[in-house]
Amino acid sequence: MTEKPVLEVKGLTLDFATRRGTLRALDGVSFTIGRGEVLGVVGESGAGKSLTGTAIIGLVERPGRITGGEIRLNGQRIDNLPPKEMRAIRGRKIGMIFQDPLTSLNPVFRIGDQLTETLQAHLPLSKAEARQRAIELLIEVGIPAPEKRIDGYPHEFSGGMRQRVVIALALAAGPDLIVADEPTTALDVSVQAQIITLLKRLCRTRGTSVMLITHDMGVIAETADRVAVMYAGRIAEIGPVADVIRHPRHPYARGLMGAIPALDTRVKRLTQISGSMPRLDSIPKGCAFQPRCTMAIPRCSLERPELVQAGASRAACWLANAETEVPA
Amino acid sequence: MSEPILEVTDLRRLFDVSKPWLERVVAREPRQLLTAVDEVSFTINKGETFALVGESGSGKSTVAKMVVGLLGPSGGRVRFAGVPEGQRPRPGMVQMIFQDPYASLNPRWRVADIIAEPMIVTGTRKDAASRAARVAELLTLVGLSPKDGDKYPHQFSGGQRQRIAIARALSSEPEFIVCDEPTSALDVSVQAQILNLMRELQERLGLTYLFISHNLAVVRHMAHRIGVMYLGRLVEVQESDALFLAPKHPYTRLLIDAVPNLAEIGRDRVPVQGEVPSPINPPSGCTFHPRCPIAMPVCSRERPAFRDGAACHALAPQTVAAE
Repeated sequence: MTEKPVLEVKGLTLDFATRRGTLRALDGVSFTIGRGEVLGVVGESGAGKSLTGTAIIGLVERPGRITGGEIRLNGQRIDNLPPKEMRAIRGRKIGMIFQDPLTSLNPVFRIGDQLTETLQAHLPLSKAEARQRAIELLIEVGIPAPEKRIDGYPHEFSGGMRQRVVIALALAAGPDLIVADEPTTALDVSVQAQIITLLKRLCRTRGTSVMLITHDMGVIAETADRVAVMYAGRIAEIGPVADVIRHPRHPYARGLMGAIPALDTRVKRLTQISGSMPRLDSIPKGCAFQPRCTMAIPRCSLERPELVQAGASRAACWLANAETEVPA
Repeated sequence: MSEPILEVTDLRRLFDVSKPWLERVVAREPRQLLTAVDEVSFTINKGETFALVGESGSGKSTVAKMVVGLLGPSGGRVRFAGVPEGQRPRPGMVQMIFQDPYASLNPRWRVADIIAEPMIVTGTRKDAASRAARVAELLTLVGLSPKDGDKYPHQFSGGQRQRIAIARALSSEPEFIVCDEPTSALDVSVQAQILNLMRELQERLGLTYLFISHNLAVVRHMAHRIGVMYLGRLVEVQESDALFLAPKHPYTRLLIDAVPNLAEIGRDRVPVQGEVPSPINPPSGCTFHPRCPIAMPVCSRERPAFRDGAACHALAPQTVAAE
């Protein structure tokens, strides 16, 4: 990738100041997203995947605070911008899609008004032009009879159609990057398939980059180019999606792949990772995964592994290159 | 795995979704009824896992509630083996595990009391000492420590709470357990722990499960036989392997195809259009016909009969020939 990445996150650290001391929710998270690339971010609840997305769009709420690292969009640093300038970037340069389409649309405004408001806030358009543009967007996301539906309220739309409207809103100003946080989790599988296909097609035709945050490895497999597996506020492994799924290098990533029941084969027992993710106030020393890891060595509890190249991926494990490959 | 333990025949449940009486009278609107479940029949054999899958609004949870007796059916029967017509099975013989272990455990009770409660209610163990011994035994059985009985639910993680819920369900010595989305609220690594535990317990205790889930992969992993529901009706019932290898009903095929699969990296697909229609105003004939890729004229007129494990016109040779 010789081209400059759209998004560059370097050593992102995020702390929560609480009465009982500072909790480190993100610890040195670094990754890049290239133009037109879909980066999947997976992890279990509490891994910090949504927080990473929130930090990028500049919506971290108190008592959370970015205490280290930097975020660059097209080379411009955006993590230290004053709120007013950040607001101009949010929506214009970075679009957002959230999990629940019912809460991300305002129930008392017609969807046409919400679309034109977004368009006019970011682009120099007249009211009539904005409305025309809104109709085009609705056609693009596959809403039937958009000239009529544009005057409807969110409650008149089904869940899948609402998520299409949210996608139209995210794409309205032609952003370079879309942060999609669990965009299909609230939807049924058949509708989920439609939304994934739509998102993929739109990003391909427009060349928009996507950060796709989800806990569903299947969605990632179908949509993403690269994937980052997060654990306890850090990236455990990052690499091309086929490599991470077929030859995971990090024991956590390997456990995660084995824990997912497959459709085509029925195993007697699923691989299980004993225990659960540590709480933020008791993240173990050394490698955070070490207490649950079956192959931990003494070094794991003393020193924290950084991401190292392992095959086509990079993994934060002392044994990343020592392993014999486990057949997929 | 031979004799049936549960027989469900022509189960039907209506819900009244009318507006309040006064509004209805003023606007001269009739009562409005929603058919949540209709003509659902299946049997479950002893020691097997029967799963019901379907998307939201398909009526799978309503069936579960009628089986345990939390909801009365509007028509049809639920019969357990050896229980006389019109009677409920012995208290504690049927138990339930719920989706959300944060909501299903009383936060003010100690875990030991939560687990002992069904024994008191059903009168299986009358003295406190034998109950305490049984609680310790159950905690060990589900992979917790007997000492955990003194703690409160908030001191446990989601997966551990679901273990407590399973221990509670087991305490009345049930033969039949209805599991309504037992792992939907859990992370995958924890989900694997719970699914493994449930299968181990089934083998050790000879339990029968009615397993409700929207997740096909989980169902594939757990169930011996599977029933697929769409808009309140069973559209297909088959052995698990057969269902995934050769689905008969087009809806089952759609559902299996829609699941994102780890094995198919970067797959491009043409998803079936449309969404599940509202059960208040379902389509005529076969309720799936507006979304069906192989719909024939007859599909919008007549409701297909359930035959050879599926309800679809395309599977009846005479109908296909006549079209």
